[in-house]
Amino acid sequence: MILTKAQYDEIAQCLVSVPPTRQSLRKLKQRFPSQSQATLLSIFSQEYQKHIKRTHAKHHTSEAIESYYQRYLDGVGKNGAAPVLLELANEVDYAPSLMARIILERFLQEHKETPPSKSVINSLLRDPSQIPDGVLANQVYQCIVNDCCYGPLVDCIKHAIGHEHEILLRDLLLEKNLSFLDEDQLRAKGYDKTPDFILQVPIAVEGHIIHWIESKASFGDECSHHAYLHDQFWSYWNRFGPGLVIYWYGFIQELDCNRERGILLKACFPTDIVTLCHGAAAP
Amino acid sequence: MAAVLESLLREEVSVAAAVRWIARSAQSSEEDAGEAAALRSLQPLRKEFVPFLLNFLREQSSRVVPQGPPTPAKAPGSSAALPGRPGGPPRGGRGARSQLFPPTEPLSAAAEAPSARRGGRRRGAGPARERGGRGPGSLEEGVGAESLLWAGSRRPRAAGSPGSPSRARCDPPNLSNLEEFPPVGSVPPGGAGTRPSRRINPTPVSEERSLSKPKTCFTSPPISCVPGAQPSVLDSSPWGQGPAAGCRSLQEEREMLRKERSKQLQQSPAPACPTPEPGSTLPTRTGSLTAEPADPAKVSSRQRLELVALVYSACIAENLVPNLFLELFFVLQLLTARRMVAAKDSDLEPSPGVLDSLESPLFQSVHDCVFFAVQVLEHQFQAMMGQLSAACSHSHFVRLFQKQLLQMCQSPGGAGGTILGEAPDVLNMLGADKLGRLRRLQERLAAPQSSCGPCPPPSFPGCQGFFRDFILSASSFQFNQHLMDSLSLKIRELNSLVLPHPEPSDEDGESDVDWQGERRQFAVVLLSLRLLAKFLGFVAFLPYRGPEPPPTRELQDSILALRSQVPPVLDVRALLQQGLRAHRAVLTVPWLVEFLSLADHIVPMLDYYRSIFTLLLHLHRSLVLSKDGEGEMCFLNKLLLLAVLGWLFQIPTVPEDLFFVEEGQVDVFEVDTKTSEHGLDGVPVVDQHLLYTCCPYIGELRKLLASWVSGSSGRSGGFVRKITPTTTTSLGALPLRTTQGLQAQLAQAFFHNQPPSLRRTVEFVAERIGSNCVKHIKATLVADLVRQAESLLQEQLVTQRQEGGDPGQLLEILCSQLCPHGAQALTQGREFCQKKSPGAVQALLPEETPAAVLSSAENIAVGLATEKACTWLSANITALIRREVKAAVSRMLRAQGPEPAVREDRRGCSRACEHHAPLPSHLISEIKDVLSVAVGPRDPEEGVSPEHLEQLVGQLGQTLRCRQVKTWQHALLVCPCMWLITRATLAQGCYSKDGANIQGLLAFSPQFLCPPAEQHLAKCSVELASLLVADQIPVLGPPTQHRLERGQARRLLHMLLSLWKDDFQVPVPLQLLLRPRNVGLLADTRPREWDLLLFLLRELVEKGLMGQKEIEACLDSLHEAQWPEDFAEELATLFNLFLAEPQVPEPQLRACELVQPNRGTVLAQS
Repeated sequence: MILTKAQYDEIAQCLVSVPPTRQSLRKLKQRFPSQSQATLLSIFSQEYQKHIKRTHAKHHTSEAIESYYQRYLDGVGKNGAAPVLLELANEVDYAPSLMARIILERFLQEHKETPPSKSVINSLLRDPSQIPDGVLANQVYQCIVNDCCYGPLVDCIKHAIGHEHEILLRDLLLEKNLSFLDEDQLRAKGYDKTPDFILQVPIAVEGHIIHWIESKASFGDECSHHAYLHDQFWSYWNRFGPGLVIYWYGFIQELDCNRERGILLKACFPTDIVTLCHGAAAP
Repeated sequence: MAAVLESLLREEVSVAAAVRWIARSAQSSEEDAGEAAALRSLQPLRKEFVPFLLNFLREQSSRVVPQGPPTPAKAPGSSAALPGRPGGPPRGGRGARSQLFPPTEPLSAAAEAPSARRGGRRRGAGPARERGGRGPGSLEEGVGAESLLWAGSRRPRAAGSPGSPSRARCDPPNLSNLEEFPPVGSVPPGGAGTRPSRRINPTPVSEERSLSKPKTCFTSPPISCVPGAQPSVLDSSPWGQGPAAGCRSLQEEREMLRKERSKQLQQSPAPACPTPEPGSTLPTRTGSLTAEPADPAKVSSRQRLELVALVYSACIAENLVPNLFLELFFVLQLLTARRMVAAKDSDLEPSPGVLDSLESPLFQSVHDCVFFAVQVLEHQFQAMMGQLSAACSHSHFVRLFQKQLLQMCQSPGGAGGTILGEAPDVLNMLGADKLGRLRRLQERLAAPQSSCGPCPPPSFPGCQGFFRDFILSASSFQFNQHLMDSLSLKIRELNSLVLPHPEPSDEDGESDVDWQGERRQFAVVLLSLRLLAKFLGFVAFLPYRGPEPPPTRELQDSILALRSQVPPVLDVRALLQQGLRAHRAVLTVPWLVEFLSLADHIVPMLDYYRSIFTLLLHLHRSLVLSKDGEGEMCFLNKLLLLAVLGWLFQIPTVPEDLFFVEEGQVDVFEVDTKTSEHGLDGVPVVDQHLLYTCCPYIGELRKLLASWVSGSSGRSGGFVRKITPTTTTSLGALPLRTTQGLQAQLAQAFFHNQPPSLRRTVEFVAERIGSNCVKHIKATLVADLVRQAESLLQEQLVTQRQEGGDPGQLLEILCSQLCPHGAQALTQGREFCQKKSPGAVQALLPEETPAAVLSSAENIAVGLATEKACTWLSANITALIRREVKAAVSRMLRAQGPEPAVREDRRGCSRACEHHAPLPSHLISEIKDVLSVAVGPRDPEEGVSPEHLEQLVGQLGQTLRCRQVKTWQHALLVCPCMWLITRATLAQGCYSKDGANIQGLLAFSPQFLCPPAEQHLAKCSVELASLLVADQIPVLGPPTQHRLERGQARRLLHMLLSLWKDDFQVPVPLQLLLRPRNVGLLADTRPREWDLLLFLLRELVEKGLMGQKEIEACLDSLHEAQWPEDFAEELATLFNLFLAEPQVPEPQLRACELVQPNRGTVLAQS
């Protein structure tokens, strides 16, 4: 799903101040029926993350934390079964899972003498049934299952998606009989920065020679693509030569501007592949 | 200008007067009238004298092989200002010397022309390969004039085009750039000792350079090197600066070689003094084949040189030269000159008539150059050090010094290697074997007779002596300080250099087989460090050195008190401790020993150094050679450390009692000779050659034995030097002792009359096949053993879990079982080489090769390949197996995690699986949606259809059962051991027996379902079950039916139970079901229905998913939570019911669960 910058901007425009819930996603799908769900979710998730990065700090001032905690206590004091925490998060425009973390941390501070360690918090978020307070456990759990951009479940889904697409790509490479070395093998050889796959014999995709393929199970927007270029792709280019990046959930068309310089973007496994013909000497 | 110089040379004018004349415009009164008169007439030229002199010297020296880039000549304006050539454009971009040749001397140029023309033409036509065969020196020598001419004639648009400013005129050499310093001696291979400057210097593309590359000259026929137009161009070249190479026949080369040898024989073994003839030591050590040792006796016109040197020195002293360093550079170039461009002494034999005239060349030989340089240096050095006032100058100079030190003192393997290596066309005729003998012979001839017994005092052999004397005669405090700083820095840098050694996980056999590269690099770094440390020690302790320890106790104590306040020049103790900790003692200790060997008498008594000695002593004690086990330091590494430490403890400055001191205070640092995986100590970096290089005194043992064998002792200093004369022709006459030796000689003889390509082919094939053989053994035999290790490990783990054992022990057991199988490697290796080599030789040799030749070549290739492979294998196979098994074991242990049992029953897809199962991420996402709808908040119209739920659980089953068979193919490709197993099992048809192993291995191959995803799926499925039990899932459908039918719920629970039991391969957190939060879900329902929970608990016990006791414990802990009173009561009833109902067979349970009225419901309603 390759979008023009304008198309992308249109989608991104609709995502301003939208809470990361399944209801929002449903509305987004209705608004852009022609786009794939996965693409929309990926864009939504990335836009939301950008938003959270921008506003993260203001939710973590001690005043903000105190006020959230107070509001939480008041809310559950009135009705423990009501979605107090979730509504609070939506109201202040913050991710429910992250709000749950703030409140949980504050709660533990109050009930334990030593401030809770990060790993304790994480493990309680992964398994809220271990939270000593039953009401809070339910509230936290509700936040986590209703958050479609943050939280342990979402993290797991994202990780699984990335992993699955790597396997998918591997299978496609095998199917095309292209021999390769994967990341694990390369790491075993001592490479520190490696793409997902290095082709043992380079191929030409749409007329461009490529040596490596990186799988990205996300949408390639400007922000993430530039970060990837800086942190990964150019490093790969330096080490291994030109290569191909597959953004499985699409990318902004205008970003595919480094083809001549050696970074090729695709939204699917390429079909136009030319391989080295062994033994077929030129006439 | 020339007139001034001439009058100087004729001694009409004194040097002092000349300099005064140059330096001051006004004449001073003390001047001699005659001189004044002579000079007054030249007054207008005064300001041009210095540029003239400098250019003159450059010009004169241009026929001498310059080392490195030519020193830029002086004064952009000078040549333009010379009369007779106003504003003449520069003639070339590169050769500043030729460009600035004084055209004011048409007479002398003309006078010289005929001979120059003669020489030039002849040299031009001479065999070009000579030019190429000479190493760095010859590469540069042609550049000055020859290539310039080529550039002019062939490439009119090259650098020398008018208007383009020449490099020489604009850029003085960048002294901060070490690369521009003249290379003396060849750079040691590996180059680790001389790290390139970090600064990126734009490399100007130079046509000239590429043209004068020795290689091109070497391979192409001589004529083609010389363009047709060249002879005429050469004719116009003044001073005979034609192409570099003289025409020497092989006979002449041999003659030179012979001379060289005899010179080296005569050379005294003691380190030579630098002055007045430092050159005599320099070139012999570093030179190439044609290096000519400078000899003061051969200086052609001593007087003239002395005079010019005096004037030149005076100019330098008076700061009349624009760039001090440039002159220093130039002088050093002269000092390090190797040979004349003009080859024949006879050509330029100065006749007495022209002795005093400028018409005869000033520098006629290396001897002249060196003599001149020494003269100048004598006048200047101390003086120059005085002038180096600015700190930055010092530091620049120190860098040059250091670089030069490393390069000159480190020509590897003495002169032998370079000499023989670089004249292949002469010496190849002797054959490789002869070559080796010749080299050994030469080494023995060149080696000093004896290195003063088995424990010589520290000395500065060879050209190290020059540098020592340089430091001594410069005696500049600033210089020494900068030198110490620089040396310390370099030592730190080299000492912490990460030396590559093969990673244990390295899959590539290359690094195992071709170890030499790493060894060589280590050797280079180690030798550099030793050299630097030696000089650091020398300079650092120089001020304190004296022949004897202080006479009185009081004096000694006061010195001690004082010295203990002085911080050490380099914190060697920290570096030593660091080295020991990082298991790099094999690198750190040898240089530290060199450093300490130059300490003065007081040093070992200082607390700081005493602790170092103690540490070293302790290390010494701990290096027991006979200990040879896992983690021990390699034998030769130990031996090297023992040798150097032993030597150190015997040095006069180290008090004897130190060694025999009671070891009481070792608590400084615990010495641990056990090596870690990543330390250098455990890697066999030291070879015999390095050992002998570092500790030449070990060779004394051999000499002693040799002298005993030869039966002669006492004569000629005790040891006899036995050299058996051999010649090429006497090859057949030599007694052939063994069949093997005979075969080797036959093989040599075989190649003798075959084209060289045959030999290269055979050697190449042997090299590659040998290497491939090792890789093959790794991929087959070793991989097979690794697989055995894995299956053995599986068994052991099961036993161990019951008994509780240590994985480390397991590894040992495995290795002891498997390593003996390594012996098969040699047989298999031999077979491999036998099978593969002939084909390769056949393919690479011409079709027309006679059958007999071909088969001999094949056999030799087989033999060589086998030798290479088997040598490596016999030395390394055990270690290799050990390493691979270790890696496999740790991989398995890691993959299994803390609960190895989980992995045991890994399964692949069933045969029927079409791999269309939904992706795990999709399922997690779907289940998450159901959970979020159930937990709420939700819109009124939101809900889940029962069909969707069933479909979801069904899909979960599919996903859990689809376990990666698709990538089998690839797994086989990438994992040879898997391939082996498959092959073995298919061949034997024993699926049942080894099938489990395949499945076990499959677990490690990539699959869509990764463990974290599976864990989350497990957790989500339990949450789903909790919601089902509590009837919390809102169902889509008619408004009346918002709840799931009991039957549907029960069916779904059954499905989940079956998944938990059969399909999940990670632990399922079933205890979640009985957490207060999940049980609490029931509290909200009215009426509460407990039957599903009871059913679920029973099924869990029934299916063995949870134990009765475990459930009881969970239920018990539920009481601790705070519940509404009625809920707590019902919970207690449920608990009792669960307890009361014994673990019963199926029918009773069925009756309990399914017969109406449902007990749970009754319970809830009662």
